[in-house]
Order: sequence, then C-alpha cells, then structure tokens
Amino acid sequence: MAAYIAKRVLQIVLTLFVFLTIVFFLVNAQPGDISRLYALDPNLPPETRAQMQELFGVNEPLWKQYLVHLKNTLTGDLGVSFSLYPRTVADVIKERLPRTLVLFLTATVVSFYLGFGLGKIIAWRRGGWVEYTSTLGGVTLYTVFTPWFGLMMIWLFAFKAGWFPIGKFLDPVVWQDAPSDANSIFNLMLATAVILSVIVFGVFLVTSKRRLGMARVLQVGSIAVSVLIVVGVWLSSGVGYLAWDIVKHMVLPIATLTLISFAGTMLLTRNSMLEVIREDYVLAARAKGLPEKAVRDRHVARNALLPVVTSFVFSLAFAIDGGVIIESIFSWPGMGQTLVAATVSEDLPLAVGTFVFVGLFVLLAHLAADILYAYLDPRVRY
Amino acid sequence: MVVDSAPVADARSLWRVRLGLAGRSLKQNWSLFLQTRIGILGLVIICLYMLLALAHPILMNTVWDERIYDPVIGFAFDETEQPAPPSLSHPLGTDPLGRDILSQLMFSARSEFLLGLLAAVVTVCIGTMVGATAAYFGGLVDMLLMRLADIMIMMPGISILIVLSALMEVGHLELALLIGILSGFGGTGVVLKSQALSVVVKPYIEAARTSGGGTLHIILVHVVPNLLPLSFLYMMFTVTSAIFSEAVLSFLGLLDVRMSWGLMIHTTESAGYLLQVGEYWWLIFPASLSITLLCSSFYLLGRSLDEVVNPRLRRI
Repeated sequence: MAAYIAKRVLQIVLTLFVFLTIVFFLVNAQPGDISRLYALDPNLPPETRAQMQELFGVNEPLWKQYLVHLKNTLTGDLGVSFSLYPRTVADVIKERLPRTLVLFLTATVVSFYLGFGLGKIIAWRRGGWVEYTSTLGGVTLYTVFTPWFGLMMIWLFAFKAGWFPIGKFLDPVVWQDAPSDANSIFNLMLATAVILSVIVFGVFLVTSKRRLGMARVLQVGSIAVSVLIVVGVWLSSGVGYLAWDIVKHMVLPIATLTLISFAGTMLLTRNSMLEVIREDYVLAARAKGLPEKAVRDRHVARNALLPVVTSFVFSLAFAIDGGVIIESIFSWPGMGQTLVAATVSEDLPLAVGTFVFVGLFVLLAHLAADILYAYLDPRVRY
Repeated sequence: MVVDSAPVADARSLWRVRLGLAGRSLKQNWSLFLQTRIGILGLVIICLYMLLALAHPILMNTVWDERIYDPVIGFAFDETEQPAPPSLSHPLGTDPLGRDILSQLMFSARSEFLLGLLAAVVTVCIGTMVGATAAYFGGLVDMLLMRLADIMIMMPGISILIVLSALMEVGHLELALLIGILSGFGGTGVVLKSQALSVVVKPYIEAARTSGGGTLHIILVHVVPNLLPLSFLYMMFTVTSAIFSEAVLSFLGLLDVRMSWGLMIHTTESAGYLLQVGEYWWLIFPASLSITLLCSSFYLLGRSLDEVVNPRLRRI
C-alpha cells in the first residue's frame, strides 16, 4: 500500500510539473506581454513601460522566464493582483481557499452519499416509476443551466420566502461589533468540520463489519451525539451567533451545489449496480437466503462502489465547475468567484494564480481518491 | 490490399449481405432504444428545437419584418415600453433592448446546434485517433497520450475556458475547437482507447498486418470503424457539455458572440431584471429552460444509446 501511494505521489508531482508548464505556455502564447495591458494608456511614458517590462522580467529569454515561473509558483509567489492592488495573489488565495473548501467538500460528501443511496434504490427497482422519475429528475438537475437554477433557489428561498440571506458571505450588521474577525471564526468552523468528519468516518469504519440494523443504530446514534456536543461547544463559546450567521449564508449555495451534482453519482451507481447484479456471488447470497437489503447493501453495493470511486475524478471536475458558477451567482467570496471576477476585470495574475490553485487542488483530491480506492479494493494492494 | 479475384456479381451480393446485416442490427438497436423510453423523450425535444431553428430563416423571409424581428439589431417599434410582455405579435415578449425574444430563441437554437455538432465532430475525430493510436502502438505513445488524458480529465473544463477567455477572444468557433480538443484528448479518448484495445487483438488485425497492410491503413480501415458506435454515443455527451459551456460563458459575458441563449440571460442580468422572476418571467425562463431542456435531451439520448451499445446494461 505504501509503495502504491508513493508511486501515485510521484505521478502527481510529475503531472503538476506538466500542468505548470502548460499554464506557462498558455499565458506566454498570447501576443504581447503584461505591459501590453497598459499599452493603450496614454498617460504611460515609454520609460515606465520599459521599467515595467524589466520589473516583470518579460524581456528575458523564454527559458529563463519559465524557470522563474516554476520557482515562483513552487515557492508560493504568484505576483500582485491588479484589481485588488496592493494585495498579493497568494494573500487573496489564502483568504478565499478555506471558504471554497468548505462549500465544495460539504457539497461533494453530501451529494456522494445521497447519489449512492438513491442509485442503489433505483437500480434495485429497475423499470418502475421510481426509476423513471429519479432518472429524469436527476438528469434534469445534472444538466440544468446552473446560473438559472441558483437564481431560482435565491428567488424562491431567499427573496420570496426570506428564509436565507441573498448571497454573500456574512451580514455586516451582525458583525458590527464582533469580538473577532470573520476569517478566524471561519477557520475555527473549518477545524470543527474536519474533526466531525473524522469522527463520522471513524464510526463508519468501526461499524462496517457489524450486522446491518445494528450498524445503522450505532452510526446514527454516535453521529447525533457528536453533532450535539459540537453545537453545545459553539453555543457556549460566545461567538456562536457569528458562526450561525456564516452557516445561514452557506446553506443555500451548498444545497444548490449538492442538488446539481448528486445525479452524476446516482446514475453511475445505478449502472455499476446493474453490472454487479449479474455476478454469481449475488445469486449465491440470494440462495443463502440473506435478506434482500443485506444482498443489496453488503454484496452488490459494496462492489458497485469501486467504479463509482474511480470516476470520482470526473465528478470532481464537474463539481468544481459547478462551484465556480454557483460562487459567482451567490457572490460567495471563494476561489470560483475570484476566478470569474479576475477574468472579467482582466486581472491576469490573479486569474492564473487562482487557476493554478484549482489545478493543485484537483491533483490533491485525485490523490485522495486513489488512496481511498486502494483502501476499498484489496486487489490494488501489491 | 489483396487483389480481389472474385467476380463482380459476388462483390455486389457481398454488399447486399452487408446492407442486410446493417439493416437488421439497426432494427434490433432501434427496438432496444425504444425500450429505454427516456431516449425517445430526448429525441422528441431535440427534433422540436431543430424545427424551431429551421423555421427561423423561413419566418424572417416571409412573415417577420427584419427591422422589428432581427435577433440582434431589431427593435419592436410596435410596443410602447420595453421589455414588453408577451402579445400576439411577440409571443414571448421583448427584451430590455426591444428585441423579440422568440426570434432570439430560434436564432440561437441554430448556433447551439452548429456549436454542438462541430464540438462533437472535433471530439470524435481527435478521440478516435487518440484511442486507436494509443491502443495500436501501446508503449511510450500510449503512456504519453494517457497521461495527457489524465490531466485533461482532471482539469475542470469551464474553469479552463474562463481563464482562456481572459487570454484570447473566444467565439463560437474557437469554443467548439477548444471543447473538442479538451474532450477528445481527455475522457472520450480514454473510453475509445479501452474499446480499441479489444479491437486490436482481434485476428483480422493480425491478418491485415500479415497481408502487408500499412499502419495508417489498419488504423483507419480496420480499427476506427469498430470504434464508431461508441464515439457516436460520446458525441451526445460532448454536445451537452458544449451547449452548457457556451451558455455559462456567455452568461458571464466572456464570449465574443452576437446572440445566444446565455447572452440573453446576460442581457437580462445587466439590465437589472434578474431577481424580478415573477414580473418579467419571459426575460429569464425561455432561454434558461431551452438550455436546460436541450442539454438534458442530449444527455438522455446519450444514456439510452449507452444501454443500446453496452450489453451489460441490458435487461436479463
């Protein structure tokens, strides 16, 4: 297993190298250089432009620029943002990355769980109305025009019903005389979420070998208890109302992202289940007289899980794209919204820097999926 | 090629047999396709939009006055205020700039189809060649192409297109080419390679090689035709992603296009009608629903073709 992971890490590093090279040549394949952005500015004297070219190093030979680009990217120096001057790109990303991570990871985990559960059910009841309605509904949500869907969610639940705030990250009125700033509160929330997910994962790990009904009771029970403890700690901390404000802003974007991405997992699980159902060991499990639910969950679904995890990489790219769109619709100040805003305002360093980070994130998630796969499928442990 | 010594009559009957076989498999596949039901729904919606797209030039030349109904530069002089609600002369109302929504919708449908078709054709051409080459040669070529595919699959397409639109002018043609390259070297290439792997080990490939067939000849004549059913299936998914990407990018105002469904919503947004869904529904719903419907239809069609092509998904 360790050798397998080491091999994957090596591959990921190589891929990262190729990715950075592609980004560099994409940017450099464009006519002109960064000082061209100011070429139409009549107030800019030629000396200043020459100075700028020297400052950005664009008059150096290409291979030298490439080496500098690699070195800078790897040391986290991504330049200065044009539109948010004088903040550096790295600083902007450091602030916004956690916000995206929370949005994205929550939605991915929930939609994976939801999609897998629903996929199991519709594969088991093939041909019934349940299958047709969920396939149709799922595909419609999967291919829905995301900006419009986000807009409908805002209009329905925030504008008409008034249950949630309309976009943005927090409500300035609530935060007027808050004891601490939003970023530190948010990082605390992030830490809580990580601890909670470790607990949930541990519970599933421990109970997965138990009998089905017993496992369900243990899982639900221990998760409920840990959630209660976390809520209690936050309530007694005195900054609970601030966290609640952020949570309120988070619900709608997360729900939207979950709704558009669960169908991918669902449809894939269905197909994967239909292929596994034909295996002999399923027939054997039935012949042993196991209850239908045990056959479905323990024999078919467990093996149908493998291709679903493999294709996680596909759904990852899909969810990131969905996240980018949803962040800009909900004005959620994360990486996606930064990417779009930087592109619209022609803030090249920020756009490229954000994109590099999105790529890095995808690579890491890919690695995580590989490790998960190695854990789930004993055959890859060589 | 081996010189064919068979008489002409034999060659003709060979073609008759081939046609008969093709006809029979078509009939069989059609009945499988009918069984999936969802595919029919998709096909019907696609045909409906095709009719809309085809009707637009006819209407422009006969009934509709060009000055009023032009999708880009027309102005509805017959309405007192813009955006005007639906009426008899403008069945879906007008947009904030006084242009007829139905005309824009129908005009854009044509460019969406062209975009989807072009992207799909580029994808399939690249994907088939990548798959066939990687499977046929194996080794270093295979490794390089597949590692490249890994990067392409992992990278979120819309984010790449957003960054690219910052670097250059992207119109419909460039978008179709970019999507074709991304998907052809990426996911489609990988799937087609796995199919090609099962083709290159067939005896007839060995036979073609021993009878002196060149590499290019074997790939083009013996491998690629066997990949076509699967690539046709992946064309459907490419069309979905092409239409979707176009809509998102032009909604964000990043595309250099004259008129499209995404741009219609962009116009609505920049005029400030985006949250007045109830009062100005005709500014938002026709375009958004069209994008959603057409994307889902191609996706449903692709899925049901998948059930036709993939025997493991068939009912026992």
